[in-house]
Amino acid sequence: MTVVTSNAPSTRSRRLRALSVVVGLAVVASCAGPSTTPTGMTSSIAPTMPMTPLSATPPSPDPRVGLGAGLFDAEEAAWNLSVVSKTPPPDPFVGRTNSDLAFKGNYVIQGNYDGVQIWDVTDPSSPTTVITYVCPASQSDVSVAGDLLFVSGEGMTGRLDCGPGGVADAVSQERLRGIRIFDISDIRNPEYVHNVQTCRGSHTHTVLEDPNDTENVYIYVSGSAPVRPAEELAGCSGLLPADDPNSALFRIEVIRVPIDDPAAAAIVSSPRIFEDLVAPPTHGLAPDDLAVIEAARDRGDFIVDIMGQTVVLPPRYTAPLLDSMMAARGGESVTAADSMALREALPALMARMVGGGDGREGMGPTQCHDITVYPMIGLAGGACEGYGLLLDISDPVDPIRLAAVADSNFSYWHSATFNNDGSAILFTDEWGGGGAPKCRASDPYEWGANAIFTIEGEDMEFQSYFKMSAPQTSLENCVAHNGSLVPVPGRTIMVQSWYQGGISLLDWTDPTNPVEIAFHDRGPSDAERMGAGGSWSVYWYNGYLYSSEISRGLDVFELTPSPVMTQNEIDAANTVRFEQLNSQGQPEIVWPHSFALARAYVDQLERHRAVSSGWVTEVRAALAAAEQASGSARVSSLNGLASQISGAADESRDPAKVRMLVDVVRGLATAQ
Amino acid sequence: MRSVYIQLPGLPDEGWLEQRSIDDATFLMTRIRALSVLTVLFGPIVAVGCASAGPATTGSATGPSDTDRARLEALYRARTDSAFLTVHEADARFMTGMIHHHAQALVMSHLAPQNGASESIRTLTGRIINAQTDEIAVMQRWLRDRGRPVPEVDQSGHMMGGHMQMAGMLTPEQLEELAAARSQEYDRLFLTYMIQHHNGAVDMVDVLFATDGAAQDDFVFKLASDIQVDQKTEVARMQRMLDAMPARETP
Repeated sequence: MTVVTSNAPSTRSRRLRALSVVVGLAVVASCAGPSTTPTGMTSSIAPTMPMTPLSATPPSPDPRVGLGAGLFDAEEAAWNLSVVSKTPPPDPFVGRTNSDLAFKGNYVIQGNYDGVQIWDVTDPSSPTTVITYVCPASQSDVSVAGDLLFVSGEGMTGRLDCGPGGVADAVSQERLRGIRIFDISDIRNPEYVHNVQTCRGSHTHTVLEDPNDTENVYIYVSGSAPVRPAEELAGCSGLLPADDPNSALFRIEVIRVPIDDPAAAAIVSSPRIFEDLVAPPTHGLAPDDLAVIEAARDRGDFIVDIMGQTVVLPPRYTAPLLDSMMAARGGESVTAADSMALREALPALMARMVGGGDGREGMGPTQCHDITVYPMIGLAGGACEGYGLLLDISDPVDPIRLAAVADSNFSYWHSATFNNDGSAILFTDEWGGGGAPKCRASDPYEWGANAIFTIEGEDMEFQSYFKMSAPQTSLENCVAHNGSLVPVPGRTIMVQSWYQGGISLLDWTDPTNPVEIAFHDRGPSDAERMGAGGSWSVYWYNGYLYSSEISRGLDVFELTPSPVMTQNEIDAANTVRFEQLNSQGQPEIVWPHSFALARAYVDQLERHRAVSSGWVTEVRAALAAAEQASGSARVSSLNGLASQISGAADESRDPAKVRMLVDVVRGLATAQ
Repeated sequence: MRSVYIQLPGLPDEGWLEQRSIDDATFLMTRIRALSVLTVLFGPIVAVGCASAGPATTGSATGPSDTDRARLEALYRARTDSAFLTVHEADARFMTGMIHHHAQALVMSHLAPQNGASESIRTLTGRIINAQTDEIAVMQRWLRDRGRPVPEVDQSGHMMGGHMQMAGMLTPEQLEELAAARSQEYDRLFLTYMIQHHNGAVDMVDVLFATDGAAQDDFVFKLASDIQVDQKTEVARMQRMLDAMPARETP
């Protein structure tokens, strides 16, 4: 599968900040009283049964197959999650494409091809409109940073003045393709403060908040549409870098936005992160082949380069060409002059015959579709046409490519998500561009799927594919799309959109064994023909899953407990709180110490049979007793429990997780 | 005379009216009528200005009420239908030409099994058939929705009726040469000619975007941009495959 891996010739060392996964750190709480063993644990931690990998028992037959169609009343199927609310779009956006989501406080900001919709989700069971801001431009990818809102414009219809009607002229000073910047300090009255025009517009963008720079935010602009003419935006060139060093191809744009003066935002660099990303080195011609070509050259045969291959043209090609040379000069028979003329004309002729000839063949990507930055570890994942990239972003203005992977099963690298400790990365393949039905029973599992890689030093190593498995009809556009981590502690769980394939929860804690653990799906939006619809993106935010439905508005879901996800795990996830969220600016998830967190770890140890069932029962009882207690009694019982668990950790089948439990129990004692 | 499909909003039967033959004048009148029906029913489509509230939108676990649903669906259909009434010639020309262009890719790819293509080429052709068959269907739908003549293509990529020669398409001689090639020679020619073919599609997109008024339609914009990036990506992949092939036997 993986056909190419190439490392950038980077000499800069990568400043990979270690994540704070504190395992087995012996924190002794000095304020705690004498250690006692109030629970008097008697069971051995060692399990008697072998450890089990995660497996789920999805409903059978799959209820997602055969759902009835409908725009606002399609049949639905859900497993391990429940619908909290379904809110249709505001009137101005009905029949217009909803796109990506960003979050700030109690607000959900939803992009639409005609503008931006801001929802108040203080009550997630009934989102209400704060403002419907009409300002057409596809795709209206949205991000927030403090009081600033950024919106992508790529399509030809975006106007500087946000007006309707598009821009008819191919070259126009009215057109906006790039980033719009709004001040949303008063969220009910967004103020359009600035825009930054880019040569290829902005299909998506990524906000990078560098932990070492509190005065600026950075925007990585990805634009996959054609380059604008220089007459429309000065300096834009669609030529190859070899022909024009200022080519807008083969680069991304980095915008620096001074937080206190967003009107001064401007492009500060255009890193060529695709440099040297070409076909892997291949050997040239074998000596015997070279000898054949040299002999042909000596004979005076016509020799051409076609797509980097040296080819001797056979007479059946050259004879008619020589004839036409002769005819052009009005001659009667082919002479040396015709042969000379043909020799001169051949390179251009061949270029015209075999197409291209602009030198772009065999070169790597010219743009990314999307970049996910993970500032806490100084890395980014770039999903860039035919490649997945790993970037060092410790200097935001100068991202450096560390590794690149290609995969013959992947059509179009679309987006990336890291796991929380930065040891693995998941890429999606938007095969067919998102408008095509790529989840039919006949579509291969590996195509239009996710590919999971582990990060090994500065390399990526392929581990597995995952594709939402319920076959969809040919009336449902379906392929891997956007998602985010769901902060269940101790596991890597992601919720992901599959357009009209619905949303799906995926556990990829073990990168070699991705398992689907929940889903929601609707029937087609139209029974007769491929209608617009499906989930563009779904992200976890402060306890709920928010899905941007292309036609149907905003959906809100919550997780429901099941054997693959206990209530304790859900409760522990819901202790995580974000002030804002852009899924492509991945935040580090940190869990506050809570009894739910401790119980979640116990549940996980039990699920995988990493510990004995007797031990589980006793630890749960001890935790319950400690929670009931208060003051020094609670402290001493927690410390006692921690000591006992800690001492036996190595006898379990998952000492690392047992130590994570110890850490939480000690943390709970310290918090008293 | 031309054959068109038309769909009119506000008619009791929302489905497709059967295919009918009408002359251009009748067709134009139908369009004008349909547009006025729309305007009367729903007023101007896009709210002018920046902020716009509209009727309060509320959510619930059960979704919109029946009354709301009927109103929203009518609005949705009206919006979608109104998009069908404004078609730029360059967009229609692009979609029509691209169907012809894609159809030839199907013809080229369908040769693979009988011409002894290698497994990797058969995987590639399988992908191309899958992707371009789907794209042909959406382009046909786009044209049909807008009452435009729809080029019909059979499963193996043969045009039913006229045949247009678009940028990068193989000449009849090249196509014959490919059809006659076997095994490794087919693989090599397929890659060479498909690279040429894809580059032609990229050129078609360039022409489209350089035309005043073109690609204002979101769907055309997206399809054309997708074709450009998908086919450039595939060109690079095919070039890698071509480079990795053993050297050609010279005559």
